[in-house]
Amino acid sequence: MKEKLGLSRDRIAEARELAERICAPVMDFVEAHSSVTVERATLRLAGADDANADGVPVPNLVVDRLRDRLEDGALKWYVNALLRQGGTVESLNRKIAEGLDVSSVPLGDEKAVRARADELVDRGFARIRAARERRDAMRAEWKGRNNDPLLYLIVATGNIHEDVKQAKAAAAQGADVIAVIRTTAQSLLDYVPYGATTEGFGGTYATQENFRIMRAALDGEAERQQRYILLTNYASGLCMPEIAAMGALERLDMMLNDSMYGILFRDINMYRTFVDQKFSRMINAVAGIIINTGEDNYLTTSDAYEKAHTVLASQFLNERFGFAAGLPAGLLGLGHAFELDPTMRNGFLYELAQAQMAREIFPDHPLKYMPPTKFMSGDIFRGLVMDSMFNFVSKATNQGIHLLGMLTEAIHTPFMMDRFIAVDNAKYVMNSIADFHDEVEFRKDGIIVRRARDVLEETIGFMKEIAGVSLFDSIEKGMFADVKRPKDGGKGLDGLVKKGPAYYNPLETRLKNEAGLR
Amino acid sequence: MSNIVRPYGDTLDDGKVQLSFTLPVPDGAKGREAARKLVLSWGFKDCEVVHSNPLADEFSFYIAYGKSEASIDYESVVADEATEAAYLSMDEVNEFIKAKIGRKVVVVGACTGFDAHTVGIDAIMNMKGYNHHFGLERYTELETYNLGAQVPNEKLIEFAQKVNADAILVSQVVTQKEVHVSNMTQFVELLEAKGIRNRFICIAGGPRIGNKLAVELGYDVGFGKGSYADHVATFIVRKLVEKMGN
Ligand code: B12
Repeated sequence: MKEKLGLSRDRIAEARELAERICAPVMDFVEAHSSVTVERATLRLAGADDANADGVPVPNLVVDRLRDRLEDGALKWYVNALLRQGGTVESLNRKIAEGLDVSSVPLGDEKAVRARADELVDRGFARIRAARERRDAMRAEWKGRNNDPLLYLIVATGNIHEDVKQAKAAAAQGADVIAVIRTTAQSLLDYVPYGATTEGFGGTYATQENFRIMRAALDGEAERQQRYILLTNYASGLCMPEIAAMGALERLDMMLNDSMYGILFRDINMYRTFVDQKFSRMINAVAGIIINTGEDNYLTTSDAYEKAHTVLASQFLNERFGFAAGLPAGLLGLGHAFELDPTMRNGFLYELAQAQMAREIFPDHPLKYMPPTKFMSGDIFRGLVMDSMFNFVSKATNQGIHLLGMLTEAIHTPFMMDRFIAVDNAKYVMNSIADFHDEVEFRKDGIIVRRARDVLEETIGFMKEIAGVSLFDSIEKGMFADVKRPKDGGKGLDGLVKKGPAYYNPLETRLKNEAGLR
Repeated sequence: MSNIVRPYGDTLDDGKVQLSFTLPVPDGAKGREAARKLVLSWGFKDCEVVHSNPLADEFSFYIAYGKSEASIDYESVVADEATEAAYLSMDEVNEFIKAKIGRKVVVVGACTGFDAHTVGIDAIMNMKGYNHHFGLERYTELETYNLGAQVPNEKLIEFAQKVNADAILVSQVVTQKEVHVSNMTQFVELLEAKGIRNRFICIAGGPRIGNKLAVELGYDVGFGKGSYADHVATFIVRKLVEKMGN
């Protein structure tokens, strides 16, 4: 990659060191804790599935009964019940759904439990590996046939079967990545709904069955197009790790997964979020799932010019937390966005500067670039022009994942024709500036170069401030996105579990090994 | 006096209208003809389909121009936007309160239900305000509480009772599948069930909320896009004085 901004490598390295310093105490906290959803994700990867007549998922039925005994981990109780009951995992799931309480089954021989647990863990990992190999094979077969950057479209009808139609149409129009956005409020559910769903608001429930339905549909479309179509969902909210687990099993390719988004934008407790994000990221690492971080969101509540440094700081932190969970740079789709006020003089130059800066600081990361949203209005004609400018910057700075802007952003979730117009626009702009990136350099000490340098400097200053008070305190003080969250406030704190001396979770151990953390 | 108007393209009364839409049929001559006939069936006298494109095997996109003879008497139209009324500035509101109410006016607001959008309610309530209009928090004669987003209706009402609010502000941004309608309705029903609807001035707001909808659902007023704290404050103090008079 050609460097055009002349950013100081030492200053970039300094920012990375600061990120390490900021994240270390958080990681210490994380190591000592589990949560109800970490336990449920563990059970899911070991085979727990199904739901009772009221729709309560089996992993919840197990963990709820063990609520005051979770310090040892939930898995041994599940495996113990399996041994005592005999039969398959599926038959145990059915019995639990019909009322069997695994916590009331007396614990038997520990060695036998451990041996059986290892088998279940092996089975889970074999499924994840198979999915990963399948993806690798398909991508190899159709190598070079995707757009660059990957064109990313969202579907959000609320009904998975309707989503399938929209997604196939989007792929046929040229999208490489389909994200099924989740329904309003799913992030606050402390369980993952079960089965195919047809009712959602502003999005569709993330369920394992919905994942499977969409995966099959996109594979069919990929075959037709001879081009791999990536599937994205949201490992965020109160069930981050479980959704990552489901995605690993059903071969999702990307997951929205931010270390702080839930805290800032969904008011989920910070301790809970940090614990959950680590576990979910280890799963993503092992499954080869690219994560998308959520820095773009900061700019919806803060000014995109004044707070550009909070985006870069968060990218450094997300990178650090990602590394700490075994995610390599190639799986870190760090987020940023084109959100400057369109009336700002030279706004386009600043956008170009910030996008190029992200590219140079994170050269091996498939950066995820987000379109204008905040300043989109009912004037769809102007909106289309703004999206064209965004398309220009994205291609001109070699972004990795390009979320297409919708001309109707301020009005409704996209219509089928809105997506078509977006793909058409992007293809036009990107084709006509295909080699712009290699062709054009920036004036030394010009507006663009200076802007990038200033943002980096401000970021370092900001990160020093955070390092001085701790990440927990800086969130409490509203240093990110102008949103303040008290340490013991927010949702989900009661689902946090302090690991006891006898905490047993062979799946976690295996995840750490495979993610290269030990 | 009447003033009959029609859409204007490049000549008075040419009635030209631009349309774009999707049909669940394949692109092609038959699709274009279907699009044209459909536009005519909407009452247009003339229709030209100027562009079509496949969106998928079974879907196609159309851009069309229609010529409409329909008209409206402009003089007969009554606008239904709360922001249109002449409103007071921040200082004038404060003076108004001192002169006619004589105590602080208490305002509680939130974005309710599962809606997580705070920027709208913050634009109205927070100190900083929006687009050079200060928020309610800055009004010296108002006592304000912004509860943020994802606030259940029950909680909002409970809080309003606790601080003896004069006005409750409800923000709704997500409107897909009419969630806002059911959520806004539930809010009013809760108040009515407790027999306290009339204790509060109830104000709804959000980009897709019109005054008409809000009033239909039992609110005193609704504010849509382009509304600011001054509009809201003006409404509250005038309404309060009106209520005190009764
Ligand atoms: C920023 C944003 C977000 C941010 C919100 C951050 C935050 N803390 O608020 C984030 C990223 C979190 C977000 C999430 C989602 N969003 Co959003 N979001 C937007 C966006 C880009 C801008 C909204 C905004 O801030 N506008 C600026 C403010 C100032 O304007 P405003 O809200 O209209 O407020 C003004 C007036 O309406 C009025 N007003 C508003 N409230 C009130 C209240 C009172 C009492 C009064 C008097 C006046 C008033 O006064 C304000 C000032 O003039 C819009 C698209 C757009 N450009 O509009 C989508 C949009 C609103 N989001 C949308 C959706 C669907 C979602 C999600 C459901 C997506 C998902 N499935 O996850 C989630 C919400 C989840 C949830 N639980 O609610 C849709 C809504 C579609 C619809 N009509 O139903 C939109 C339109 C985007 C789209 N096209 O899909 N979003």
